[in-house]
Amino acid sequence: MPLITYRKALNNALAEELLRDENVVIIGEEVAEYNGAYKVTEGLWRRFGSRRVVDTPISEAGFIGLGIGASMLGMRPVIELMFWSFAYVAFDQIINNAGCIRYMSGGLIHLPLVIRGPANGGTNVGATHSHTPENFIANTPGLKVVCPATAYDAKGLMKAAIRDNDPVCVMENTLLYGERWDVPEEEYLIPLGVADVKRSGTDVALIAHGRAVLTALKAADILARQHHIYAEVIDLRSIRPLDEEAVLNAIRKTHRAVLVDENRPFCAVSSQIAALIQERVFDELDAPVVRVCTLDAPAIYSPELEKRQLPTAERVVSKALSIC
Amino acid sequence: MNKTSVASKIQAEVDLQDFSKVSTNAALTSDQKVEFLRGMVRIRRFEQAALKYYNQGCMGGFLHLYIGQEAVAVGTSSLLHADDHIITAYRDHGHAIAVGMDMKECMAELFGKATGCSKGKGGSMHFFSPERHYWGGHGVVGGQTPLGLGIAYALKYKKVRGATLCFLGDGAVNQGTYHESLNLAGLWSLPVVYIIENNQYSMGTSVERSSTFRNCLAQRAEGYGIAWDTANGEDLYEVRAKTQGAIQRAHKDCRPTVLEVRTYRYYGHSVADANAKKYRSTEEIERHKNFHDPIRLWSKRLLDEAIVTGKLIDQIDEEAVREVESAVQFASGSPPPRETAIFEDIYYEVDHATQAGCSGTHFFR
Repeated sequence: MPLITYRKALNNALAEELLRDENVVIIGEEVAEYNGAYKVTEGLWRRFGSRRVVDTPISEAGFIGLGIGASMLGMRPVIELMFWSFAYVAFDQIINNAGCIRYMSGGLIHLPLVIRGPANGGTNVGATHSHTPENFIANTPGLKVVCPATAYDAKGLMKAAIRDNDPVCVMENTLLYGERWDVPEEEYLIPLGVADVKRSGTDVALIAHGRAVLTALKAADILARQHHIYAEVIDLRSIRPLDEEAVLNAIRKTHRAVLVDENRPFCAVSSQIAALIQERVFDELDAPVVRVCTLDAPAIYSPELEKRQLPTAERVVSKALSIC
Repeated sequence: MNKTSVASKIQAEVDLQDFSKVSTNAALTSDQKVEFLRGMVRIRRFEQAALKYYNQGCMGGFLHLYIGQEAVAVGTSSLLHADDHIITAYRDHGHAIAVGMDMKECMAELFGKATGCSKGKGGSMHFFSPERHYWGGHGVVGGQTPLGLGIAYALKYKKVRGATLCFLGDGAVNQGTYHESLNLAGLWSLPVVYIIENNQYSMGTSVERSSTFRNCLAQRAEGYGIAWDTANGEDLYEVRAKTQGAIQRAHKDCRPTVLEVRTYRYYGHSVADANAKKYRSTEEIERHKNFHDPIRLWSKRLLDEAIVTGKLIDQIDEEAVREVESAVQFASGSPPPRETAIFEDIYYEVDHATQAGCSGTHFFR
């Protein structure tokens, strides 16, 4: 299997879907002639032309709304946000329109579109460019939310998202674009709503999504080598639909959980996971559910401090030790 | 020449013209003209009944009445071709009835019943009928403007000769989404017609108090290289003539248009401000009702043209009243949605039990 970057895996997914379905178009700022601000769409404009890969002005509410309108008539637009942090100027479109129209029309209207782009902190760009809005978006029934942690997942989830008949928000992680994983050349899809056991273990479940999965894996490694504690690492992959059974099974197996989450802790994705565990498998727990989140402050610029603000393997190890 | 005098000159010229002779109107049959009257009367009677039953507590939420603006919906929708589309804001009953939605399903929606056009899930502001190319019914001021653009974009992408009529109010012209939409419509040459129904008040704030460039809202389109025009919304012939030009521009040249139709609503923004006398005088409202009512004016026109008799006008009105009564009966006799409906129509996969729907849990019960 070739070792390719997360960025290239996404690029391959987009190219394959553009080739497969004429209704797929890519719309966003700098996606075409500039080859993508983060180069996820590199080469696609040259290959597919201006009809299929479309540069927009800086106008998020306008072009996201446009994508929603186009999806009403059967197109499958893939809208790129240069940063998910910029989604906030288009929240009416994303939440009220993409999220609610199907319901408010009594199921008459389907909105098959993807809104994708980089999210999360860690690149020292300060508070306005470092948001992790998966918890905000997942709070709206009608929207689906996907956070791939590896290149393999990124490709399979992106292809599934494009073929999905509902609006899917794909949150990529800026820091992962250059990382490499094995990705098969043959076509595959990863269904939305199926979590993945990234590492098997018996003593504690580390439950994460997005780049936090890699933090959890690093922590699991340290726990095994230095403390002989064997952690199971669950990658949620999709926040909505959420694979509740995978979470519950991990608790039934390990009886302990550390939730690792690049959301800030207040009303985070991990808040939902903690509530789920408490409601459904409380009797299985041998220790309180604990969390390692991004520290509860706006993203700090200082490169040294931002590293510490995000969840670290050391913090995960220390939390795990406190309950094992 | 300053902006004000440019605008008033345009308006003066508009008012001098007789639009009954333009081709799209000259070609009308008497039956079609009578149908326009019927269309307007049906909307008015529907809205009056909605107000009555709202006040009786039969419906919840907001109710934005279209009374006074009927010529706009009826005039514009009378020009729609097979591949044209309509999208509007929250004052959406008039457009819905004009495109052929059944009064029964509309009234049942207001009553929150399972038989409503949106199964009782959308309410007054969220009527939809994709089969009639009617894409809502959107609750947030200006929020529908980029969606209308997207429908036009899809038409162009699919190489379909069609137009999207996207209605908005005078309040929406100050929303950023509208300006983003105009920029994209001009830049990408999209077949969209923005129809500003200028009823002169954005909720309780008059155009004078809300818009810098207030004498001609449509003229702002010049800044985006988009053709624009104004129309007198009390004259159905004029509404049709101006809309026809815009639709042709969309069909033939694939270019957008902004059309500002001057109109007036007799009631408040919603029933929350009832007759809205706090921000406008009784005299103003009465003047519009007595001298500018589109239904009265159209009736007079048809009488002058000897197309109808007073008796026929009365008959049309009685039929509309009966139709509305029957819609009310249907609505009040219909069941509310089943409790399980709360969890239906959220996601495509869950509803249709496809393979993807089998995995994961879509929501928290």
